[in-house]
Amino acid sequence: MNVAPIPATPAPLLETRGLTRILPAIVPVTLVEDISFSIGTSEFVAITGPSGSGKSSLLYLLGLLDRPTEGDVLIGGRKTHDLSKSEMAHLRLEKIGFVFQFHFLLPEFTALENVMIPMQKLGALAAAEQKDRAAGLLEDLGLEDFLHRQPAQLSGGQRQRVAVARALANAPDLILADEPTGSLDSVATEQVFTSLQSIVDQQKTTVVAVTHDMDIAGRMQRRIHLVDGKIDYDRNQ
Amino acid sequence: MILQFRIAATHVRNRLRQTVVSTLGVALGVGFSIAMAALMEGSQRDFLATLINAIPHVEIKDDKRTPTAQPASAVYDAVAFRGLRPLEDLRGIRNPTEALASLRDWVDGDIAQRLTGQAVLRYSGQDIGMTLIGVRPKQELLVSNIGQDMREGAFEDLGSTSNGLVLGDKAAERLGAGLGDTVTLTSANGVAKRFKIVGLFHTGVTSSDESLAYAPLKAVQILLEKPDIINSITIRLTEINASVAVAARAERQLGYKAISWEEANEGLMEAFVVRNVIMFTAVGGILLVAGFGIYNIISTIVHEKARDIAILKSLGFPETDIQQIFVLEGLVIGVLGALAGSLLGFALSSYLATIKFEVTTDIEMTRLPIYFSHVHYMIASGLALLSAGIAGFVPARKAAALNPVDIIRGAT
Repeated sequence: MNVAPIPATPAPLLETRGLTRILPAIVPVTLVEDISFSIGTSEFVAITGPSGSGKSSLLYLLGLLDRPTEGDVLIGGRKTHDLSKSEMAHLRLEKIGFVFQFHFLLPEFTALENVMIPMQKLGALAAAEQKDRAAGLLEDLGLEDFLHRQPAQLSGGQRQRVAVARALANAPDLILADEPTGSLDSVATEQVFTSLQSIVDQQKTTVVAVTHDMDIAGRMQRRIHLVDGKIDYDRNQ
Repeated sequence: MILQFRIAATHVRNRLRQTVVSTLGVALGVGFSIAMAALMEGSQRDFLATLINAIPHVEIKDDKRTPTAQPASAVYDAVAFRGLRPLEDLRGIRNPTEALASLRDWVDGDIAQRLTGQAVLRYSGQDIGMTLIGVRPKQELLVSNIGQDMREGAFEDLGSTSNGLVLGDKAAERLGAGLGDTVTLTSANGVAKRFKIVGLFHTGVTSSDESLAYAPLKAVQILLEKPDIINSITIRLTEINASVAVAARAERQLGYKAISWEEANEGLMEAFVVRNVIMFTAVGGILLVAGFGIYNIISTIVHEKARDIAILKSLGFPETDIQQIFVLEGLVIGVLGALAGSLLGFALSSYLATIKFEVTTDIEMTRLPIYFSHVHYMIASGLALLSAGIAGFVPARKAAALNPVDIIRGAT
């Protein structure tokens, strides 16, 4: 897959320009409207807002899982609206990691295998290196004793940390998290938040997380607040 | 592709019961197809072998495909002749020695000459109409299997007994005659000649065993009042498939009608083609049903695995990869089914080959004829894989087209 290399310019890591998503229906539903912002490297950004404000829809657009009706998402200065589905998939594989509210791990595979899958797909590392990196990521997240357990044998917090490790597998520039602590208790929430914070601090990876937990959002570097699909405010904290 | 295969294998393995049922469906389809093909081709080959052994590969007759040109046509430039009586034509192959010598120059096989005619066989007041074949015994043994069909006496004895006769055992049985008995043969022209039975044969073809007799060529020529005349040349080829080409060349060379065994049994060959079409249609039907089983299981897996599909897409797997995973799942079941089916087919064929079965009508069989051929296994397995591939492809397309956002939203 040949995707044009991201130009080595001081362009922001992630930028949106007039991003609008309207669901076609008898009465069209506007999910997000005219969203424009830019996010640089090593930022820890919270997207907040009431239910139905378009937080998750925005995240899917940022992660190239959905296409905007208008506007564009630029990753490293590269426009994405003209990319084919397979080019978008490759860009996602290489540059973006996802963490969802529910862990979304493949149930038949062990924690180690789940983390290795994106690396196996990208094929940038040899098999042994993939295994070492996957084990290293899980160990960094405190899961060294659970490498060979299947998701069903892990607690909610452990599963979510495996999902974080999987999102980091191909050393992406951007992690997009959709309510990563939404289904966790306070202890697990703290573990996952700490993990994401350390990714930003130590690996200089940008994390954009949708959350309705104001306490968590308040501890993040920047907050973009949505109301009715539009940016209500965007400020550093 | 290895990763896709691993995911596919994991999906299939985790649905063991459904996988086993689908695999069994394919295996039964493949197994019975192989056994049926082995039986059908076995019976076809058995029948053809009996038939080919009973007739020459090429037979040149004292006959022509088009009527002999009438002398009037050389004189009058007419469109049609009416009321003309065709020129009397003496039957028989002219210059047989020369014709045989010219064939021996290029034909790869054995050649024999015959004079065939009708005669009435009389013994102790009973008459039977017989087809009498005058042969040179040594030549005839090379072009037919009559030597192997001998039950009593020896066919070679025709060479040492000038009025020897070898006839079918059923004819002898009907007459109550046996080896060493003297019988009378009477030609259509009323010429009678006494022959001594020196051998009895049993071909398994009832019509031959009841009404065919062999005698030395000279004796038959005398009986039928056709001195130095033969009316057919028979050829047994080293390469049986060359029969059509050899017949065509012989006909061009000698001008007489030369018939290959395929031409002689054209209707039968067509019947075999029809039979094979029916067989492969039935095989296709069986495998189609097996294909629906696979379609069912893959569709179920796609439905159950919608969330995994969304995960893989969010991780960066393109649609083609998703499609490959589910087509591979179909193929995994197809391959397992084909392997199990091949074993089942071999076991069934082997068992059928041991069954003794007798038909005493026209052609005798002492066992069910089974023909083992790797082609049957390849065709049945190939069709099973094709069926499995299509059965996997249809739901795989659906899986690849799933929108991950819809699934993720549904899950949250």
